[in-house]
Amino acid sequence: MSPRPFRLRKISNPPVVSGFKPYGHKKDSGRSDSIFLHLEEYEALRLCDFKMLNHKQASVYMAVSRPTLTRIYSRARQKVAEALVLGKQIIIEGGKVYFDSEWFSCKACGCNFNNPDKPEEIKECPLCKSMNISNYVQDNEPEQY
Amino acid sequence: MKVAITSTGNTLESKLDQRFGRCAFFTVYDTETKGLEFIPNPNKDVQEGAGPASVQLVASRNVGKIISGEFGIKIKPLLDSLKIQMIVLKEPEKSIQEIINMLNK
Repeated sequence: MSPRPFRLRKISNPPVVSGFKPYGHKKDSGRSDSIFLHLEEYEALRLCDFKMLNHKQASVYMAVSRPTLTRIYSRARQKVAEALVLGKQIIIEGGKVYFDSEWFSCKACGCNFNNPDKPEEIKECPLCKSMNISNYVQDNEPEQY
Repeated sequence: MKVAITSTGNTLESKLDQRFGRCAFFTVYDTETKGLEFIPNPNKDVQEGAGPASVQLVASRNVGKIISGEFGIKIKPLLDSLKIQMIVLKEPEKSIQEIINMLNK
């Protein structure tokens, strides 16, 4: 029996930067090590600490269970703390995720679609040509407290 | 542009198949020439890897969009690199004819 398939974590938007670099090392330790903060861990930090949601609410936004969200979140805090204390670089990368911002929905025919041709902006529904479309993120984004 | 629609049968009255990798037939519709082609899906009953195999089959027909009810997790990165658009339509009662009419509107 193969194990139960991994549930993809839902992330609303890719982060605005791909990482963080420490500066002004006290000791002459040369180049600092780096640490990989997975995209799902970044999203957990964003929802729990920036948007101030509780774990239950955040887990709904990421389409995972509450215990899974808590696990992702504690891993995220552990990694960020390690980077701060040991002066490591943070690289936000990896993790099995999908982005909400890639998806659009049409209000007229009720279909969902994505936009693989990134530079071109989508203005109409590819199915019914209705202009009444919206990005998933705008519909689902929690309000900031 | 060619559009692939997953179908439960090989007629215009067939309903939209809610699965992508293991659908019964692919309907390839050309929006310019109005040409229509039904391709039986050889991956219908395979144990594993039906999604990626179906992507290959559909991509060999040079389609630009795929309409289906649901896509598995292995499919999105493949279709992204092939620049094929996914359209998720959660209406199992819609027939192929109705969807083609929507595309022609």
